[in-house]
Amino acid sequence: MSLRQPPLAAVHEAAGADATEFGGWEMPVEFDSIKDEHRAVREAAGIFDVSHMSEVEVGGPDAEALMQRLTSNDVAALSPGDAQYSMITDDEGIILDDTVVYRLPSETPEYLFVPNAGHDEQMLDRWTRHRDERGLDATVENRTEAYAMFAVQGPDAPDLVADAADEAVDDLSRFTAEYRPIAGVECLLSNTGYTGEAGFEVLAPWDEAETVWDAFDCQPCGLGARDTLRIEAGFLLAGQDFDPEENPRNPYETGVGFAVDLDTEFVGRDALASAKEAGPAQRFVGIRLLDRGVPRHGYPVTTADGDRIGEVTSGTMSPTLSEPIGLGYVDAGYTDAGTDVRVEVRGQAKKARVESPKFLDR
Amino acid sequence: MSFETPDDRRYLESHEWAHRDGDTVRVGISDFAQDELGDVVFVELPDAGDEVTAGEEFGVVESIKAVSDLYAPVGGEVAAINEALFDAPELVNDDPYGEGWMLEIELDDESDLDDLLSAEEYEDQVA
Repeated sequence: MSLRQPPLAAVHEAAGADATEFGGWEMPVEFDSIKDEHRAVREAAGIFDVSHMSEVEVGGPDAEALMQRLTSNDVAALSPGDAQYSMITDDEGIILDDTVVYRLPSETPEYLFVPNAGHDEQMLDRWTRHRDERGLDATVENRTEAYAMFAVQGPDAPDLVADAADEAVDDLSRFTAEYRPIAGVECLLSNTGYTGEAGFEVLAPWDEAETVWDAFDCQPCGLGARDTLRIEAGFLLAGQDFDPEENPRNPYETGVGFAVDLDTEFVGRDALASAKEAGPAQRFVGIRLLDRGVPRHGYPVTTADGDRIGEVTSGTMSPTLSEPIGLGYVDAGYTDAGTDVRVEVRGQAKKARVESPKFLDR
Repeated sequence: MSFETPDDRRYLESHEWAHRDGDTVRVGISDFAQDELGDVVFVELPDAGDEVTAGEEFGVVESIKAVSDLYAPVGGEVAAINEALFDAPELVNDDPYGEGWMLEIELDDESDLDDLLSAEEYEDQVA
C-alpha cells in the first residue's frame, strides 16, 4: 500500500527533512536535529506539519445529537468557535481514539473533529453507521485531504501568528478557534497544541498549504520533536499509550477523566460510570529513570523486589531535562509521586521514580 | 548527502569501524551510522576485562528515536572503554572516528580483520 503524503511533501524534502511512516502517512520526522527542534519550541517557536491528522466534518439538524452520542465530553456546552478534548469510546468504555472537537464558528451547530492519523475512514464509518442506525439527519464528511494542518508552538508563537494573521490573536483564548486570513488565505485558527507551550494550530486549504506554511518564519520541526515535546508535557499518543487491541484503556486509567461527562448519553457511558465507581486498577503516570538508560515502549515496571506492577508506554531522553523520562501505567498503590520503582531495560532493573506525567513545571 | 569514510580503518556491514594500533583495535560507529541515528543520547558498553566475540553484540547505542545493537568487528578482551560517552554521548555525533570511539579490544586473532570491509566496500554499501 502506498503511503499518503501531505501537500508539502516535496517542500519538506527540499528542506532536507528525513521522512518516516506514521499512521499510513509519510511525514517529516526530523529537519535538523530533534534536540535543536525541541529546544526551539521550548525557547522560541517551531512549526510542525501535522497534515496526517484526520478531519471529519459533521453538519445538519442532528449534528449535535450524533456528536453527543459518539464522544465522551459534552458537545452541547460548546459555543460557536469553542473546542474541547474528548474521547471516542466503545461500549466497554475503551478508548478507540482521542480527539479535539470543534464547534465551527457558524450559527447552526456544525462540527469538525480531529481523529488521529489514519483513523479517518474508521471514524467516518462509525459516524455514518450510528447516524443510520438512529435515523439521524446529519452529514458526515471525511475532509482529511481538504485541509493541511500546521502547529505553530512555543513562547514566541502568539507573536508569529499575530504577524502572519496581520491582526492580534490575543482575543482567541485557549481552546477556541476562528476563521482568520493567514497571508491572505482563509484558515481555521485554533488556540491549541500538543507541546505544553503556548501556540496555535492552523487548518489551511490543502491547495494553499505552501502560502500558509511560508507565512511563519521559525524552526521547522518533525514528528521526532513532536514526540519528545508531548512526552515531557504528559500528553497521550494514540496507538502507543493506549490502543484498543494491544493496550485497551479507559479514560480514568489514562488520566483524562476530565474529558468524560457522565451526564451525557454516549457509547460507553454506562461502562465508564461503573469504571469510575470501581476506580482504575492501573493509572497513567510519569516515570523518571534514576540510573543510566532510556525507558522505551513495552519495558516492564516492577517493584524493588521484582514484582511486575506495570509497563512503560512511551519514553525518551528528555531534551529539556537531559534526563531519561517515560510515561506508562502502574498498579493503584504505586501511583504516588516519589514511589520507588524499577524499569527493566534489556533485563536489567534500573532505579526509577514515579512522578506526575507533566514533567515540566509550567 | 555524503559521509566521511576514512580509509585508515575497516568496517562491518552493521556500520562499526575498526582501527588497528599495534595489538589493540579501536572500535566505533561510522559517520553514516551516527547520521542515521540522529542525536545519540545513551551508549551501553561492556566493562574493561570482558570478552567480546567477532560479529556478536557488545553493547547498545540509543538516539532519541532509535535503539541499535553494536557488533564487535574483532574478538578479544576489552582493554578500555570510552567512559566520556556516559556523560557526553553526543561525541558519537560530533566526532564518530575520533572522540566518539567506544572500545579498545586486545586483538586475539589477526584474521578477524580480514573479514571486514574496506572503506571502499563499505562506501558502496551505504551509497
